[in-house]
Amino acid sequence: MSIDLSEFHDVFFEECFEGLDVLEAGLLGLDQSTDIEEINAIFRAAHSIKGGAASFGFMGISDFTHVMETLLDEMRDGRRTISREDVDLLLGSVDVLRVMVNTAKRGEGSNEDDVERIVDMQRQLEATLVTNDTPGPVDTETQISESSACGENLTDRATVEEAVTVGSTESNTTGWRINFKPCGDILRNGNEPIRIFRELQKFGALSVCADTASLPGLSDINPKHCYLAWTIELDSDVSEDEISELFSWVADESELEIIRLGVEHAVAEEPAAEEDDAGLSLVDSKGKVNSPEQAAPAAGGQPGLNKGIKSAGKAGSGVSEPSKESGGNIRVSIDKVDELINMVGELVITQSMLSQIGSSLEVGEPGVLENLRDGIAQLERNTRELQESVLQVRMLPVSFAFSRFPRLVRDLSGKMGKSIELKLTGEQTELDKTVLEKIGDPLMHLVRNSLDHGLETPEVRKAAGKSECGTLELRAYHEGGDIIIKVIDDGAGLNRERICSKALEKGIISENDDLSDEAIYNLIFLPGFSTAAQLSDVSGRGVGMDVVRRNVCDLGGNVSISSNEGAGSTVTIRLPLTLAILDGQLVRIADETYVVSLVSIAESLQMEPVHISSVTGKSEFYHLRDEYIPIIRVSELFGHSSIRADLRGGLLMVVETEGKRFGLYVDELMGQQQVVIKSLEANFQQVQGISGATILGDGTVALIIDVAGLIQSHFDQCSRRGVMLHAVA
Amino acid sequence: MSIASVQTVDHSLLAEDDQSQYLSFGLGEEEYGIDILRIQEIKGWDTVTSLPNTPDYILGVINLRGAVVPIVNIRVQFNLPRVPYDSTTVVIVVRVENEDSSVRTMGIVVDAVSDVHNVSNAEIKPPPEYGGSCRSEFITGLATVEENMLIILDIDRLMNEGVLQELKKEEESS
Repeated sequence: MSIDLSEFHDVFFEECFEGLDVLEAGLLGLDQSTDIEEINAIFRAAHSIKGGAASFGFMGISDFTHVMETLLDEMRDGRRTISREDVDLLLGSVDVLRVMVNTAKRGEGSNEDDVERIVDMQRQLEATLVTNDTPGPVDTETQISESSACGENLTDRATVEEAVTVGSTESNTTGWRINFKPCGDILRNGNEPIRIFRELQKFGALSVCADTASLPGLSDINPKHCYLAWTIELDSDVSEDEISELFSWVADESELEIIRLGVEHAVAEEPAAEEDDAGLSLVDSKGKVNSPEQAAPAAGGQPGLNKGIKSAGKAGSGVSEPSKESGGNIRVSIDKVDELINMVGELVITQSMLSQIGSSLEVGEPGVLENLRDGIAQLERNTRELQESVLQVRMLPVSFAFSRFPRLVRDLSGKMGKSIELKLTGEQTELDKTVLEKIGDPLMHLVRNSLDHGLETPEVRKAAGKSECGTLELRAYHEGGDIIIKVIDDGAGLNRERICSKALEKGIISENDDLSDEAIYNLIFLPGFSTAAQLSDVSGRGVGMDVVRRNVCDLGGNVSISSNEGAGSTVTIRLPLTLAILDGQLVRIADETYVVSLVSIAESLQMEPVHISSVTGKSEFYHLRDEYIPIIRVSELFGHSSIRADLRGGLLMVVETEGKRFGLYVDELMGQQQVVIKSLEANFQQVQGISGATILGDGTVALIIDVAGLIQSHFDQCSRRGVMLHAVA
Repeated sequence: MSIASVQTVDHSLLAEDDQSQYLSFGLGEEEYGIDILRIQEIKGWDTVTSLPNTPDYILGVINLRGAVVPIVNIRVQFNLPRVPYDSTTVVIVVRVENEDSSVRTMGIVVDAVSDVHNVSNAEIKPPPEYGGSCRSEFITGLATVEENMLIILDIDRLMNEGVLQELKKEEESS
């Protein structure tokens, strides 16, 4: 009787990745303190992966994890002191394991490089195990060989445990009786009893007696249901832990009794729940159940629903999750969903109230109008709250983006011989999932930059009178309707001289330019601009900052940098909270209403005739405070009018993009309001100069202007006309 | 995929079903039909928000219960002269299947909708090579209904190849 296990694979892989995250986070924490609970959590994560992999037949993963687990076990038992080398090795193993799981997920064989890496890492782990010089009760060399080593190890520990728990009981037992009555669904969940029996057989002589009492007639039989129960007699002196560990994957859904022949009363009282985990829980944590499942959800950060989803995935045996991850799932906390449900409830009440008033309106009762106004006001409030709550659902804490940095900083600082402390603040600040996903890469560039160029080596720092350990801080907080993410380091700061000379060399600025510090610092965002004296594999190719600015701009945000030479630099990223809503300025251009994002507007003004000047009769500029700003006639660009309107007295909206300013000539400034962004691509396609559409209060569609795209199409049009336009910076 | 192969596939599919319903609409002197299952709704002509940087057969976009839906003037596609919009001018909102089997909602402006016809698939004749106003690759076939010719349109190809891909070409050339 075999079933297709592959439908559970997705759930398994998901759990694996969660487990790996727990492992990694735990291992990083191992540097500072060696709290026994933390090691336990790491151990449990590794154990869950091992067990799961074995059940699903991924023996490579299982074997590899086993070696890791053995090492962790030694740490847990205090037989091995935790050294940085060991932690590095384990972290490396996590990486290798991740590669293995990914390969398994894709369903391909490993490529040669990977295999080499795996074998190499496994050898290193094993070598570390052998060289453990702490005297232990177990012959460490035998641990290298697979399951038998684990067995011995456990036996030894279990004997100690028995002495504690059972006390006076003599340990020279001769056998066990196991009453095993699985629930009917055991086969559906992929647990095959015969495998367990086979494992039991390794302990010693086994006699299995099947109880067929509940077996129905042949016509009623459901082949996927397990009707059998077994009584097993095992002639072996293994510990109870070892037996119950074999059953640990089925203990939750079975009636399991493990009775020591001869001393039945002593052990039979053990509650079943603990048997589930007896193989895992610590000697000193008796009575406290540490289920392996507890470890995994902790990675998600939102344990409530997380666990619910997972168990649903396990229980609904027919449902396998789609293997594509493109759609993207969000884990939402129960609270947020509850709030939404409440809100919808209220909305329904208000709606019924309004329709009631509506029907009595004909009668013309006095006071109805007032009620109607109240109702509408209530509806308005409910709708607004509902909108806010729905947006909340897309919100995730920024820690999702921050979480990868502790590892990165640790690895890179080790590699570069720098001592760096990473501080994360405001991790719980929430922002839109889409924004969060896209901010990861820019942050990575910034952190790498700070590590490589910003922070100095301990010797240099000491010479400069600073503490040897550098600090890198990632800080997130809300300001207005935006979220601010700062990357702050207390390193050397930006070198104005070096940037200047590089810019001169590249011909970006000229000798006579008198530029502010800010303008100089902003030069580093230009493509291909790097002041690094030499390239490293961390950064220095001059692509990074360019990418940072482009990604942030794509998200509708901006990035700025400030620096104090010798004291460090701060990069500030300002982002909208969500991509679904935009604070917009409504403008009228010809007969159409357009929306311009408030973030990109620097100022709006009425043009004074004296400040308008034109170059070659075509390109026009507005002279605003020592700066010549190119004027873009939007209505002509968009083909709304061909008549050249008189600019004098017209409205100029100064917009800023990528550090350059342009003036949009618009016909009228209308109100400011929050607009919901609708995609044009859903039913149509992208249109140059337009980033999307929105629906106004009167039901008409207004287009949202994409400032960068608009300027691009302005230049395209100019070049088509054969007008050479030199932008004035 | 060549045009010929598509048409043979279409006919083999059509042969399985006995009858289909087609909504007929007039464009100038000609009568066109669209498979009624592809039609989401028919609504009166209303003003649209025009889209900049698009050719003139894209009239603009409308708000269809919260969705932004583009409106296409297929007269331009069919090389017919523009006519002023009047009270019978309607927008047929169709669901267009794309190559990646996603669905777009788009509207086409027609002079007037006339009727729903039951046409048995055997009656649909492959389009001859002809010099009509609509390019023949957008036509599934011709049927005779009450002694008039009904030109049955392949709305997916018309919208995907006739509209969206044309747009891309124009963008690249500009």
